[in-house]
Amino acid sequence: MSIQSIREFMPKNNLVYFLCLALLIFVVFPLSMDIFRLNLIGKYLTYAFVAIGLVLCWGYGGILSLGQGVFFGLGGYCMAMFLKLESSDPESTKIQSTPGIPDFMDWNQITELPWFWEPFYSFPFTLLAILLVPSIFAYIIGVAMFKRRVGGVYFAIITQAIASILTILIIGQQGYTGGVNGITDLRTLLGWNIRTDSAKYILYFVNGVLLFICLLVAQFIRKSKLGRLLLAMREREDRVRFSGYDVSNFKIFIFCVAAAFSAIGGAMFTLQVGFMSPSFVGIVPSIEMVIFCAVGGRLSIFGAVYGTLLVNWAKTTFSESFPELWLFAMGALFISVVMAFPSGLAGLYKSKVEPWLIQTYTNIKRYYLERNGTRPAESGETL
Amino acid sequence: MTAKMQKNFVLEVEGLTVSFDGFKAVNDFSFYVEEEEIRVIIGPNGAGKTTVLDLICGKTKATEGAIRFRGRDLTKMNEHTIVHTGVGRKFQNPSIYEDLTVFENLEISYPKGRSVIGALAFKRNKKVIEAVNDIAETIFLADCLDKTAGLLSHGQKQWLEIGMLLIQNPDLLMLDEPVAGMSVAERKQTADLLNRITKGRAVIVIEHDMQFVEDIAHRVTVMHQGKTLSEGSMDRVKNDPKVVEVYLGH
Repeated sequence: MSIQSIREFMPKNNLVYFLCLALLIFVVFPLSMDIFRLNLIGKYLTYAFVAIGLVLCWGYGGILSLGQGVFFGLGGYCMAMFLKLESSDPESTKIQSTPGIPDFMDWNQITELPWFWEPFYSFPFTLLAILLVPSIFAYIIGVAMFKRRVGGVYFAIITQAIASILTILIIGQQGYTGGVNGITDLRTLLGWNIRTDSAKYILYFVNGVLLFICLLVAQFIRKSKLGRLLLAMREREDRVRFSGYDVSNFKIFIFCVAAAFSAIGGAMFTLQVGFMSPSFVGIVPSIEMVIFCAVGGRLSIFGAVYGTLLVNWAKTTFSESFPELWLFAMGALFISVVMAFPSGLAGLYKSKVEPWLIQTYTNIKRYYLERNGTRPAESGETL
Repeated sequence: MTAKMQKNFVLEVEGLTVSFDGFKAVNDFSFYVEEEEIRVIIGPNGAGKTTVLDLICGKTKATEGAIRFRGRDLTKMNEHTIVHTGVGRKFQNPSIYEDLTVFENLEISYPKGRSVIGALAFKRNKKVIEAVNDIAETIFLADCLDKTAGLLSHGQKQWLEIGMLLIQNPDLLMLDEPVAGMSVAERKQTADLLNRITKGRAVIVIEHDMQFVEDIAHRVTVMHQGKTLSEGSMDRVKNDPKVVEVYLGH
């Protein structure tokens, strides 16, 4: 890789954004918060995976999916199934009428582990499934929709319907999925207790590292020709098609990437929060995830992370005091962001804060140079 | 027929018909385009000119008839494969990527890295940069490479879209009203441009501006109600009483 291509991949200001975010997540938060709050931040950050995926898929590709909770949930459930099987060994479930199967199955008079649970005894399979199950599902949806040129509002509504269907399916199939309660009481990962404080710290950092890997992948896609093609497609789909590109393939690809990101977030959610339930799959959480992305700025992968943190922090503080008002506040927030700041926090930063920062930086530099006696030629007239 | 087959046609359109809910926008239409020919299609509004281009580039599927491009049947191909065989199409309104720079607009049209993996691995190497610079020179936009395309003037946008096609080096170039909204000076420049770029390729142009048509056309096809009304050199067509009646007379 030449220096030139590194510069193209990571311009100077992007590097600064990466470092600032890294400082915040890996240094400032862990040093300034107790483990309870830090665990909450870790939980918020799992939604940031979804938001980054939405930046690529919606911001760049113009594909608004109102069903990202589906992929978040699939990733989360895959992880939860593995953890549940581990905590359901015959020893600790010997009071059940069928020992060795998850407790909720026993309550539903199921006497044998269903076939699709079997492979989740294996940890490598689980890791693969977390990435592949949602990606393949997204691929199927993508082929069915994009090859037929279904897009825009129709696509958004269909993804929303899928989110709704999956929730109903999970709740209805209580014996296989844990129903409305979800999969709970998860204790260990490969024998390692995930409920201790030290485990929570470690999981927080693992989550942070994975988030940065996703950010780097997103940065790579954004800076590649594919990123520019997505922008071009969003504007003039026909022009791209008549320039010799199969537009649907690019849409399917970016939708699958967004799904895979969401799934990683879902799996980390299960690990840090200790359960997974259909309330993270349906329409409401899916739309919330779109709001995180919109508030952060749908064209900025960094903005998406800050937007997620901000909205979730507001949600926690606000809903502690006025739980029933939160949904209204959220709706108002979404409408006002879309109306007043269509490019979200990132747009505000770009238009207001960054010029000011650059100005201040040049002023400081000039002042410093003057004090050292090396007066730059133009300084006399501006100061 | 045999006489026609002996000539070297780039494009043969035979008995082309498309019907939208019973309305035949193009009705049993045939025409033949030779190598290095500039063919202009004229005709009153609703004559089916744009629909013919739509049919050739695959945007609309034909109900009946054949479109052969260098002997290959285009009617069964999808849009991007038609582009790959060497057909380029400019739309009526300048259709460019306004958020991207002129350089990026041309780069996206450069015929490399057209698959998902190819686009991810695509590198902006010397060859690409040279090709982009070359084309920018041809379309009078060499000084605007870093400008956001949305800021170009209307005429420059038209040129940019022509450039986006040229960089793909198509064998057949189809331009839908390339000088609409251009100043007189820009029209002259565009006519020069078209005359320069026909080396090794055929061009089909739809245009209403008769002065411009006279400047560029090798042959003219007049369409009316989805059919050919008259065909031949500009002089011949201009003096055809049928053409005068339905089109030029007004």
